[in-house]
Amino acid sequence: MKISLLGGRLVGPISYEHSGPIHLLDKIESIFLDQGKILAIGNPPKDFVPDETIDLNGLCIAPGLVDLAARLREPGFEYKATLESEMRAALNGGVTSLSCPPDTDPPLDEPGLVEMLKHRAKGLRAAALYPLGAMTVGLRGEIITEMAELAEAGCIGFGHPGALFTDTQVLLRAMQYAKSFGFTLWVHPCDHFLSRNGVAHSGAVAGRLGLSGVPVMAETVALHTIFELMRATGARVHLCRLSSAEGVSLLRQAKSQQLNVTADVSVHHLHLIDIDIGYFDSKMRMDPPFRSQRDRAALREAVQMGVIDAICSDHTPLDDDEKQLPFADASPGSSALELLLPLALKWGSEDRIAMAQIVDKLTRQPAQVLGVEAGVIRPGAVADLCIFDPESAWIVSERSLLSQGKHTPFLGRELIGMNKMTIVQGEVVIDKLRV
Amino acid sequence: MPNPQLTANGELKHLLTIEGLPKALINGILDTAKGFLGVNTRDVKKVPLLRGKSVFNLFFENSTRTRTTFEIAATRLSADVVNLNINTSSAAKGESLLDTIDNLVAMHADMFVVRHASSGAPFLIAEHVDRTRGSDVHVINAGDGRHAHPTQGLLDMYTIRHFKRDFTELRVAVVGDVLHSRVARSDIHALTTLGVPEVRVIGPLTLLPSGLEQMGCQVYTDMKTGLKDVDVIIILRLQNERMRGALLPSAQEYFKHYGLTQEKLELAKSDAIVMHPGPMNRGVEIDSAVADGPQAVILEQVTFGIAVRMAVMSMLAEAA
Repeated sequence: MKISLLGGRLVGPISYEHSGPIHLLDKIESIFLDQGKILAIGNPPKDFVPDETIDLNGLCIAPGLVDLAARLREPGFEYKATLESEMRAALNGGVTSLSCPPDTDPPLDEPGLVEMLKHRAKGLRAAALYPLGAMTVGLRGEIITEMAELAEAGCIGFGHPGALFTDTQVLLRAMQYAKSFGFTLWVHPCDHFLSRNGVAHSGAVAGRLGLSGVPVMAETVALHTIFELMRATGARVHLCRLSSAEGVSLLRQAKSQQLNVTADVSVHHLHLIDIDIGYFDSKMRMDPPFRSQRDRAALREAVQMGVIDAICSDHTPLDDDEKQLPFADASPGSSALELLLPLALKWGSEDRIAMAQIVDKLTRQPAQVLGVEAGVIRPGAVADLCIFDPESAWIVSERSLLSQGKHTPFLGRELIGMNKMTIVQGEVVIDKLRV
Repeated sequence: MPNPQLTANGELKHLLTIEGLPKALINGILDTAKGFLGVNTRDVKKVPLLRGKSVFNLFFENSTRTRTTFEIAATRLSADVVNLNINTSSAAKGESLLDTIDNLVAMHADMFVVRHASSGAPFLIAEHVDRTRGSDVHVINAGDGRHAHPTQGLLDMYTIRHFKRDFTELRVAVVGDVLHSRVARSDIHALTTLGVPEVRVIGPLTLLPSGLEQMGCQVYTDMKTGLKDVDVIIILRLQNERMRGALLPSAQEYFKHYGLTQEKLELAKSDAIVMHPGPMNRGVEIDSAVADGPQAVILEQVTFGIAVRMAVMSMLAEAA
């Protein structure tokens, strides 16, 4: 299939040559696709006769988005969401590559489970799936998993969602083992004891509302531990969901000391803070919790300056039984794959960030964390594209979300910017332009 | 975000927390309660204000005392009262909180008195009945987790007003486990709203939440300093389970440093009153000599509590 995409605004990390330098561009350019790949940027090759020509006047063309954390709920939680529904939601949000955390039931701690998941995803003509394996058997924090076997089955790293396990020696061993094979560990910087029972940011809001707090210390104490172990082992670590100003400053220090560390932030944490809990709004229950205004400002700045590498959705589809509960009893998380792009654009427009830089945080940067070839538009690359209207205003409603999880803090709110067309391996899989 | 407990024209629709209630409304409740105090001492202790109305006491957490006071208040207003202990029925069968509410609303409940172990649960219920039933069902928070116990806060204010008349020159000390206390939070909001210039909070740092200064309190870890020249002492209950965890080493040590004894009471003004929301742990947070002494107004609190709850219920019924 040959496709001409004409007259769109090409934004994000782009290279005009197969192995040339990558620039952050924002420029009207046409792109030509053939056999699932990007054939040329700018002018079509001689004798190029497209099967299909799409006029993208007024729209942005970006690399397909790369999401570092999207829970697909398989295996084990199919009643909350299925691979089909969530992969569809990913495409609807312009996400063409994603990593799923291992907190399924059973957790992704055996090669067979990972193979099954990859096999199921392959049948769906969907986003490229990069599973994270469990760092320890059953995510119990006791015995490290067969990381090499899991990597062969398709895991791109090994994670432990939720608070750090209590046995620090196991974390040390996991780092040593991962380092031996060159694997990355994905760690949530959250101390188990200090975060115990906590449901909201420790501070005036939680104190007033009588909610148990998760102190910033839970993050900083964990970070100190992680960085010490990294210094000793030389392991590569990706920090998941940073939440505080103090955490950012420790990360900045660690990076300046050349530790092999990357980090992400959930897009919600660039927008919402503890005050947004309002009158116990369970939709605001998140893990890590929304912190203070000051923390939000620090997270935003850290993304802009590249201290935090990537923005992710932290997509967590939940059903009513888990969310329509008193604040502390509700499950943390929200449906977010389809909000990743508009919420990142909202951040960008509020903080006056160039469009190409916003896109970079959603594409090339997370792809580099994953260590996969994705997130860049260049000749020869797989034609995974997200084509969006940066001006289109829409209201988030249950109907507008394809995800089976309908709970999001932004329900009923207006957002600007919408994915209009998703192309995966040269094939149009979402098309809201021509309907 | 509109205040979920007030109607568009500022009337009380639900009573969920004292935080954010206008001073005039709090005074209005206290004034109304004064009128009901007489009813409680008559031979026929009944007025027909809630005749034909159904009040459902929904207790997701056990409390015989609080439930009984609401039951008495509703009965004296001639309402029909249904008591439900949910933790022993629906919740055990896996029915969700909001399903339970829908079922009871379908039985034409007019008012829910809700106690729940989770902070904020009555807000969820109020928001749900507002959405499904408009404004004809009212919710009273009878204690939610650590968050609020507004009728207790109001009856404490009634007690203080009864004995001290004027709030604007008082020093009030709240002593003990503020961290876990919904009573403390409601009292603090009420005291600051009514113009008390000095609200002191006394306790070990393990039992004090963050943000007390933002709520308008001064924090004291030394009880002797904190009690100096105060007019009102509110002693909080120390729950048994707190004496185990890592929050406190022992009840004995707690009593020695934060228990109210006659000796410590003498640091306060000579006419200071001593309050306690009950039930008391004698010898833990309060010495028997003080609890039964002339400055204690703990039983008056109980009496006023009925009148205050009658006032709240009658005002909610009017708002419909």
